[in-house]
Amino acid sequence: MAKWTKETCAPVERKWEEFYRNRHQHDKRVRTTHGVNCTGGCSWEVYVKDGIVTWELQATDYPALEDGIPPYEPRGCQRGISFSWYLYSPIRVKYPYVRGVLLDLWREARQTHPDPVDAWQSIVNDTKKRASFQQARGKGGFRRISWDEAQEIIAASVVHTVKAHGPDRIIGFSPIPAMSQVSFAAGSRFLALLGGVSLSFYDWYCDLPPASPEVWGEQTDVHESADWYNSRFISVMGANLNMTRTPDAHFVAEVRYAGAKLTVFSPDFSQVAKYADSWIPVHAGQDTAFWMAVDHVLLKEFFIDRQVPYFNNYLKKYTDSPFLIEIEENGSTKEAKPGRYLRANRLSPYQNTEHGDWKLLVWDRLSGKPRMPQGTIGHRWEKQEPGKWNLEMRDPLTGEELDPELSFTEAYDDTCLLALDDFAKSAEIKRCVPVRYVQTGQGRVMVTTVFDLLMAQFGVPHGMAGQYPKSYDEDMPYTPAWQEKYTGIHRDTVLRFAREWGENAEKTNGKNLIIIGSGVNHWYHNNLLYRSAITALMLTGCVGVNGGGLAHYVGQEKVANQASWSTIAFAQDWGKVPRQQNTPSFHYVHSDQWRYERGYQAYDCLPAQSKVENKEHTMDMQVRAVRRGWLPFFPQFNRSSLEVVRDSVASGASNDNEIIRNVVDKLKKGELGFAVEDPDAAQNWPRVWFIWRGNALGSSSKGHEYFLRHYLGTHDSAIAPEMAGGTTHEVVYHDKAPQGKLDLVVDLNFRMDTSALYSDMVLPTATWYEKDDLNTTDLHSFLNPMQAAVVPAWESKSDWEIYKAIALSVSTLAQVHLPEPVRDVVMLPLQHDTPDELAQPHVCDWKTGQVEAIPGQTMPKFRVVTRDYAHLYEQMVSLGLEVGKNGVSAHGLTIPVAEEYNRLAERQPRQVDGQTLPSLVDAREVAEAILALDPVSNGELAYRAFEVEQHKTGQDLSDLAEGLRDVRYTFDDIVAQPRRFLTTPTWSGIINKGRAYTPFSMNVERLIPWRTLTGRQHFYLDHEGYLEWGENLPTYKPRPDHLMLDETQLSLAAVKEDKLEGKMLNLITPHGKWSMHSTYSENERMMTLSRGDYPVWLNDKDAAELHINDNDWVEVFNDNGVFVQRAIVSARIPPGTTFIYHATERTVGIPKSPLRGKRAGMNNSLTRIRLKPVLMSGGYAQFTYAINYWGPTGNNRDTFVFVRRIEPPEF
Amino acid sequence: MNVRAHMSMLFHLDKCIGCHTCSVACKNLWTDRKGAEYMWWNNVETRPGTGYPTQWESQERFNGGWEWDRKTLRLRLHSRLGGLMKLFFNPSLPTLDDYYEPFTFRFQDLFNAPAGDDQPTAIPVSMLTGDPIDIKTSPNWDDDLGGSNIYAWNDPNLKDVPENVRQQLQELERVVYNYLPRICNHCLNPACAAACPTGAIYKRAEDGVVLVNENKCRAWRMCVSGCPYKKVYYNWSTGKSEKCILCFPRLETGQATACAHSCVGRIRYLGVLLYDADRIPQAVMVPDDELIEAHRSLILDPFDAQVIEAAQANGIEDSWISAAQNSPAYKFVKVWSLALPLHPEYRTMPMMYYVPPLSPIVSVIEEDLFKLDFANDVRDFEVFDRLDATRLPIKYLANLFSVGNESVIAAIMRKLLAVRIYMRRKTVDHDIDKKTLAMLAEAGTDMQEVEAIYKLTTQPNLAESFVIPKYHRETTIEAWTDPFDQKGETGFGAIRPPRRGE
Repeated sequence: MAKWTKETCAPVERKWEEFYRNRHQHDKRVRTTHGVNCTGGCSWEVYVKDGIVTWELQATDYPALEDGIPPYEPRGCQRGISFSWYLYSPIRVKYPYVRGVLLDLWREARQTHPDPVDAWQSIVNDTKKRASFQQARGKGGFRRISWDEAQEIIAASVVHTVKAHGPDRIIGFSPIPAMSQVSFAAGSRFLALLGGVSLSFYDWYCDLPPASPEVWGEQTDVHESADWYNSRFISVMGANLNMTRTPDAHFVAEVRYAGAKLTVFSPDFSQVAKYADSWIPVHAGQDTAFWMAVDHVLLKEFFIDRQVPYFNNYLKKYTDSPFLIEIEENGSTKEAKPGRYLRANRLSPYQNTEHGDWKLLVWDRLSGKPRMPQGTIGHRWEKQEPGKWNLEMRDPLTGEELDPELSFTEAYDDTCLLALDDFAKSAEIKRCVPVRYVQTGQGRVMVTTVFDLLMAQFGVPHGMAGQYPKSYDEDMPYTPAWQEKYTGIHRDTVLRFAREWGENAEKTNGKNLIIIGSGVNHWYHNNLLYRSAITALMLTGCVGVNGGGLAHYVGQEKVANQASWSTIAFAQDWGKVPRQQNTPSFHYVHSDQWRYERGYQAYDCLPAQSKVENKEHTMDMQVRAVRRGWLPFFPQFNRSSLEVVRDSVASGASNDNEIIRNVVDKLKKGELGFAVEDPDAAQNWPRVWFIWRGNALGSSSKGHEYFLRHYLGTHDSAIAPEMAGGTTHEVVYHDKAPQGKLDLVVDLNFRMDTSALYSDMVLPTATWYEKDDLNTTDLHSFLNPMQAAVVPAWESKSDWEIYKAIALSVSTLAQVHLPEPVRDVVMLPLQHDTPDELAQPHVCDWKTGQVEAIPGQTMPKFRVVTRDYAHLYEQMVSLGLEVGKNGVSAHGLTIPVAEEYNRLAERQPRQVDGQTLPSLVDAREVAEAILALDPVSNGELAYRAFEVEQHKTGQDLSDLAEGLRDVRYTFDDIVAQPRRFLTTPTWSGIINKGRAYTPFSMNVERLIPWRTLTGRQHFYLDHEGYLEWGENLPTYKPRPDHLMLDETQLSLAAVKEDKLEGKMLNLITPHGKWSMHSTYSENERMMTLSRGDYPVWLNDKDAAELHINDNDWVEVFNDNGVFVQRAIVSARIPPGTTFIYHATERTVGIPKSPLRGKRAGMNNSLTRIRLKPVLMSGGYAQFTYAINYWGPTGNNRDTFVFVRRIEPPEF
Repeated sequence: MNVRAHMSMLFHLDKCIGCHTCSVACKNLWTDRKGAEYMWWNNVETRPGTGYPTQWESQERFNGGWEWDRKTLRLRLHSRLGGLMKLFFNPSLPTLDDYYEPFTFRFQDLFNAPAGDDQPTAIPVSMLTGDPIDIKTSPNWDDDLGGSNIYAWNDPNLKDVPENVRQQLQELERVVYNYLPRICNHCLNPACAAACPTGAIYKRAEDGVVLVNENKCRAWRMCVSGCPYKKVYYNWSTGKSEKCILCFPRLETGQATACAHSCVGRIRYLGVLLYDADRIPQAVMVPDDELIEAHRSLILDPFDAQVIEAAQANGIEDSWISAAQNSPAYKFVKVWSLALPLHPEYRTMPMMYYVPPLSPIVSVIEEDLFKLDFANDVRDFEVFDRLDATRLPIKYLANLFSVGNESVIAAIMRKLLAVRIYMRRKTVDHDIDKKTLAMLAEAGTDMQEVEAIYKLTTQPNLAESFVIPKYHRETTIEAWTDPFDQKGETGFGAIRPPRRGE
């Protein structure tokens, strides 16, 4: 035996084994998690030995869901498990730093100015001094300073800016609060108290899928990953689960063994493709064409060739498909086009109904008449007879049940030849639909159903005249044959997929799931892409069904305890009205990216017979959107908002209403202007920027080189020409664009990332293992704590402590400079989930005199807010009384919390002006307040929330929370074990008894309407902007090509003139395997397990053509900027594209660019943003603004670059 | 019958997501220190690919493992005598180029760079010398590199795969990759131990863990060469070899190994296998095509009364016997015949096992259009009858796991697919018809077995994935000290790290 396996013969020798046992010893284990950027929300245990964090392993004690679903654990990926590297690594920011040039100026100024605010003013008002430290940005020269000095500089700049320009010149950016809610709230609360501006992130990252608000009136609501296991047909599109949903990918691997089929759509053979049944490499960004053809097949085979009762009933009950649409005739051409939903108040029985413009009609088979069902948005905001906002198909006037007709094909008055848009050919297709005539107060109108319009739009032959294809093989929109030229996929493959899709949904009652992500959401026409796929889901009854529907995972947006968190995070407990800015508009305007393009006419797609003039620029649309109250914009006015109030009061305004009236008056007369109308004027620049928990100047800076130029005033590598001059109408165009708009950029960071490197000041923050916080995600349904395993190392402090310190310094200076409370007027757009959704039945412009300027109706609304700068710190650290009085709100529900507020004040009291308020001094107290005041963690509040919803809907709901009323989760509870959310109407899933969260199951099962115009899911969108842009029906628009984008012309010239061996490729920037956005990307573990850089992926044939071998250096460039790294060559990359996994850092291993001279940039150096005007639509049902909820998105996938091989470059 | 117990790990490759969390967990715990930077006791390879160290499977070059000439079994590296001759010159040893030069970045420059006219950047530097480095390779250099004409193409396991299929692997029709996580195989016939001139390597009696005694190791590095899996690494700082220790301090306290604990794909299972140590010589000295069967036959039935009796006679505790009965490894390897050892032809009797992976259906290109290569009449899980239509060639998998025998792999693939087809019938059609039952029979399985496979593949909680026996540490410690004394003294002893030359 010993000959074969040498077992130990001398046991004493084995004492040496303690060598490894000793390594495994630890002093304690602490439950915590990772706090930014990632949707994981994984529970971790951090191991501490000798007061040093040594390693981390996953916690494995998640409560189980219902039987038959695999357990969640272990959750946590290669990135998370590398985090401990950061704590003591040389990239850790250990002390406060400021750039030497600025520090010298400051100290010099302080010699002559005893007052810090005066000192700051003396620097920023001196053009030369200001330019000197701006030009030094990003170029080394950091120096350590004390916390005291850092706080003083920051407070001086803040107070100066408030006094000189107004508080809305102070901005803050921090993404995705859910991961570390208290840390986010630290800065947002400070800004909200101050009157500063919080910048959005979800839309900016292009993670917001605008199709979700379009179709469902919902920002995003998705399945927890365990629900994937309930599906039996999964299509993964634009999402690389293994890479980006690493902790949850196992559910997909596992559900295949439960009998599910898996299809992966991805232009490259992606990681998730490895265990798919089918991999379908649709050409990049052409998924819309594929799905349009799938929809065509579904409509034909499951609605015409034969009927599936489940599908038909679902459509009638839960979608807008039976609703009536007016056919409109174009005045001059007499062409018929689908128009708007027929409004109830145009029919005599309903002419006096409240909000009759907002109640819609179906054709009732029983009475043979158009009838008004319950549940449309007019019912939602009804005051006279509430309780009719539900999905019962019933006429609220008579209580009669209705049986809506889906299609008129069996009985119609007439047929009408519609002109439908074929955007691919820039042509029109003529197809007949069956119509009925309806007598209205304004005469006879022609109507059809949304379903009949779908049949026409998708070209499904069903006995109507017109250009319908004869078979699937005819190349006409939207047949399987038609899609081939766009997708590169054979029609047989489409056909087979569509049939399997339909059959699976039929057999399982809708257990078809699409898991979708940034790979497709970052295209310019992403909303159309999503709608084409959602159409397939709705047609087959998949939405609101466990294991069915659209699971969009891009950016973690689920702050489960949104209701209480947002109250605290935006200081609504002190009656503040936060300034919340949609970032795509902000950066498009302020970083002057609009100046480098010809506007949307160049890259968007309008109907062939468009009425829109050809001269308009996206910037014009942006300005109008602000003026109409569709989108926010800050700074709001071309003067300080404090000054504006002061003047109004001086001119006699004695109360808030009079102040607002005065402001509106001045706007009308042009005495006061919107800053957006002249963004390059010095008085309209943003001035002070706080960045925390994010990489605003790095991975979050689309159009990075323009940021460097126009915001920072330092070096850049863009060569693109400005071309907006003379093409805009609504904006002042300065011949020379300003460079260096920002006075001060402050970055809170634990690592020296690109943003830190380019900021004026870097403040050392606690890492995720050094602070207390709360963490939730949409990928699972548990509340997780973040806890300090060790104290914040060196001089670092948690975000909460840092903002408290800044608030204290601001309050101290304010005692001299702003000692008395002042009034501020805040400008807000029309808001989602409020009656503002009924503001504008038609698009109108008060500026042209079309309509009266009425705040909150035809223009933005205004609120007067009192600011008490001297007491800002006190307000920061105590929970104000307003929350006790007003309750907390989400989804248009206001939940009373007075008792819970009082109980909290007893548990964590703080004396403020003789009153006992709940203390928010410690981060843990903030976390307790969030838990105590939200229905997901407080069962009594869940119960009350259902009572409120019951009142609005007239449906019995409170049974859903009856058994939860005793539940009160505290921080200690979630430290002991992650705890599952409670079922509440602030979300849409029923999750009692371990049922997996699936979105909209509450809508389907409890008949709560979607928050849309019809209250149902929308195939059709009748906002006038959508009609104008031809996006009223699901459709296909071609991708903008490189000539439309104006970002390669000069580079092409250089390639030609200098005979550079370069090739134009589409730049694809998917999420990476070795980072979470930019975090972890420079982590030694991740760098070692990849290639020690940010490789540029190339197809083998493209590489061969360019004489590029694997690991050769390459330069990637266009007119926007340049990137230099090494190539990685593989046939799995589709030809004609280059992949750079997104969110690279400039800080690590980036050489100089041979072409442009300076240090080469990052993936965002190659991008520039282009806004999609139709997504600016506002003031109308689901098209109303809420931060991160609605608005144009920062799409950046349609980017073209040149790639060329270079000799090893210089560092 | 000489019954022994072994802790074994099972990797369900069809579930592996290639995330490398396992690798980092291991690195954090064990090899994050000077001299160990390049050690990846656990690594994950993209396959087809060349692995780590590069082309470790090229035994023509590295001479790892055993050779059997139908008479005697010899280390490829050398006979014992020859080994002593080669002590000072060992051309089979991998060099730094076969591994990689560990690197980091000069992050300090970002803080310390003086004000200049361009942005500072942290340049890559060698962890060994501190000098700037041109990074040319890393422990996972060909990650996700399917269709690479350098890496995937040069995978030794593509031998005997038809040329046209190899070409297709470079094209849309068939481009593919999968992952292969690897730790030490804790072999029954470890070549590393056999190669060690100083007898520093031993296999623990209680659980089969193969360890390098850090106090006895004298840096001959024959183990590095001898191991055909290249899973013993030489620590250049301490002058001792080190390798995966199967996290014995964790196993001994009832915790899963760090790699298994952290496996977010839930692909790993831990369990006890009972085997007959007396029959190892017979099992390693059979022709190639009998190796799999011989290997399986070594593993004993833990429910068999004779086996239990023999185990007890050998001092195997009852807790280990019951752990063997509940062992997921036993089920996958022996009962269901779904798992195989990696490269059994190395004849080291590796005790870690793999369920080979499924892959998507191949495609054809028609007039520049991509078309999935479906047969017309089959609907669900089309590849059941057409295993040649899976993207990963069966031959390739056979070269990894069954000494080239495709029928062994095909049987496994069919059984995996049978589970899926059966469950689809059950949960979608709600009908187990005769056709389905016939399909199960064809796949060599039945309803009861597929239900069991389904459950253990998808549903296990961690206690079911990791069936870790209760170690009686007190009885082991008793060999050198009274556990009563150990209770008061443990941890107080000064840690005695291995020292070079001692």
